[in-house]
Amino acid sequence: MRSDASFQSPDLSSYTGGMKILVIEDDRDAADYLEKALNEVGHTVHVARDGESGFALADNGDYDVMVVDRMLPKRDGLSVVAGLRSRGNDTPVLILSALGQVDDRVTGLRAGGDDYLTKPYAFSELLARVEVLNRRSGNKEVETSYRVGDLELDRLSHVVKRAGREVTLQPREFRLLEYLMRHAGQVVTRTMLLENVWDYHFDPQTNVIDVHVSRLRGKIEKDFDTPVLHTVRGAGYMLKAG
Amino acid sequence: MFARLSATMRTTAARLSALYLLLFAGCAILLVFYMTSLSGRMLVGQIQNTINEEMAGLGRAYQRGGLTTLVRVIEQRSRQPGANLYLITDPQGRILAGNVQSLQPGVLDQSGWTQRPFGYQRFGEAAGERAQQNDADAGAAADPQTDVHLATALILRLPNQMIVLVGRDLGEPARFREVVQRALIVTLGIMGLGALLIWFFVGRTALRRIDRISEASRRIMGGDLTGRLPVEGSGDEFDRLSENLNAMLARIATLNEGLKQVSDNIAHDLKTPLTRLRNKAEAALATSRAPTDYREVLENTISESDQLIRTFNAILMISRLEAGYSAETMTDVDLAAIASDVAELYEPAAEEVNVVLEAAIDAAATIQGNRELIGQALSNIVDNAIKYSAEGEGGSRVLIALTADAAEARLTVRDTGPGISAEDRARATERFVRLEKSRSQPGSGLGLSLAKAVMGFHRGRLELADAAPGLLVTMVFPMGEKPA
Repeated sequence: MRSDASFQSPDLSSYTGGMKILVIEDDRDAADYLEKALNEVGHTVHVARDGESGFALADNGDYDVMVVDRMLPKRDGLSVVAGLRSRGNDTPVLILSALGQVDDRVTGLRAGGDDYLTKPYAFSELLARVEVLNRRSGNKEVETSYRVGDLELDRLSHVVKRAGREVTLQPREFRLLEYLMRHAGQVVTRTMLLENVWDYHFDPQTNVIDVHVSRLRGKIEKDFDTPVLHTVRGAGYMLKAG
Repeated sequence: MFARLSATMRTTAARLSALYLLLFAGCAILLVFYMTSLSGRMLVGQIQNTINEEMAGLGRAYQRGGLTTLVRVIEQRSRQPGANLYLITDPQGRILAGNVQSLQPGVLDQSGWTQRPFGYQRFGEAAGERAQQNDADAGAAADPQTDVHLATALILRLPNQMIVLVGRDLGEPARFREVVQRALIVTLGIMGLGALLIWFFVGRTALRRIDRISEASRRIMGGDLTGRLPVEGSGDEFDRLSENLNAMLARIATLNEGLKQVSDNIAHDLKTPLTRLRNKAEAALATSRAPTDYREVLENTISESDQLIRTFNAILMISRLEAGYSAETMTDVDLAAIASDVAELYEPAAEEVNVVLEAAIDAAATIQGNRELIGQALSNIVDNAIKYSAEGEGGSRVLIALTADAAEARLTVRDTGPGISAEDRARATERFVRLEKSRSQPGSGLGLSLAKAVMGFHRGRLELADAAPGLLVTMVFPMGEKPA
């Protein structure tokens, strides 16, 4: 059960790093913590402490990802994002928010956010989401097939092969693998899986996702020596060859 | 004092009474002027009628007995008390008879109506009045006094060129006007006084009531939420205002009570894990030597914090849901899809603990709702059901079912766990209540409370029943009517 599971500090070596990230956050402690933690993984971080200066930085700078707090002095986060979008800036945005109204998430995404994270969050969760948002990771969603090592997935024919041998998957297992393969080499958290594979946005209280992943793992790794679906300690999962 | 006065001036009552005074005084003055001028004209008209009649009478006397009779009649009439003005002259203007003593020259040259001062004798007036008037004239009390009065008169020429004048003193209409004007002044005075009284009492009482309401508000703001604003029972605006504010205060007090209960619960249920957290950290600092020990304690700390955060989030979520319905978050929601989603999501986890999770979706039910919330609520219920069924003997089973009729859609979760005794069922959905037996189970203990709040948000209800064995949880959604 996940809720009993003792916390494990995330294995930072699993993250890619090297991104240029703009953090717009007025809370000094939170901003400092984010800056330090993102630096540690190898990202370059710029911090703005209010909406106006954040907007100015984002408008001039070329960032890979922006992390925008919703409640900001001078100009609120959603307005900053909407303003940037209207100026043709399509830098991926992760919106941070203290739990507010029931439909906060919807309004956040409607304003132009790409992902939404409710405070307080685990750093591993934020890091995984930021890296997945990175626009330099390419438009993998338009690809019709994915290949990771000897694992192949064809989105059109719904056929999955490992070392040329077909693996039979349930529809949900297929979508799970599809998402993992689209973000191969990146850490994917349990909530990200619940959101993107099941389209529900709540915190799964127990190990429901883990059990699904281990079933999938059983199918794609059984009879093979090399694991492809790795558990990232304290964070989630990652699909990668070798 | 001046501040007080200017405060009084600022009140609505003072302004109203001032306005009242102005308006009524204006109306009264207009009315009085209209009436006096009207009645003055009427009086003059009446006088002229009388004069016409007199003249006709004199004419008849002349026809009957010639000039001699006419002169005699005029002599007689002019000597009566309160007599009119009478005069008969020869064509040269020499007075033959009558009580008119003096005339402005040329008055008699024209016949018809004239209005001017005449000097004439008055006979038989009250002696006292005359005496008083004449004291100043030193004697001459015995003789009728000649006074000059404004009078209206009709002058006629007889066929024999004699001139006859009949007139009437206009003193009466003038006196009438005087009386009316005096009455007007008195009335205006009374009205002014009335307005002042209204101003004073209404203003003062209104001020005093507002003062009382302000004072009560200050007391309430000072923290005495049991205090209420004074209601005098007259049912006026102030009472209605106070009643509404009191109703609002009652609502606030209820909410406050709820909040207090929540904070009590939070204090009770979160203090324990927080204390444990703190003690473990302290113990680690005191005894641990190896970095691995520290790491273990730190990881444990974060893990427990996560659990606390989860609990807080659930509490916040419940509060938001209880705060009210928001139509904006509602869309068409397919309950069957949610039921099969959740069944599919939890099936492997159930199998892990040897529980068979099945779904019997016999109906298609689309309601107005929030898919996320319903999904989360159902997940919580299924999560609980799996946990408790797993404790039971072999053959553990959780069944998710959906049925619907015209009025309601019922989403049920039946488990084979220990169930909840009848007396505990009502308590089970209260925040933080984790029934004694299940204390060992992980989780925030808010699963059912959250589900209940979600159902409240959807204007439905959450029912708990005995599934013999196990628990039967039913989410009842109203169908058909779109929530307003």
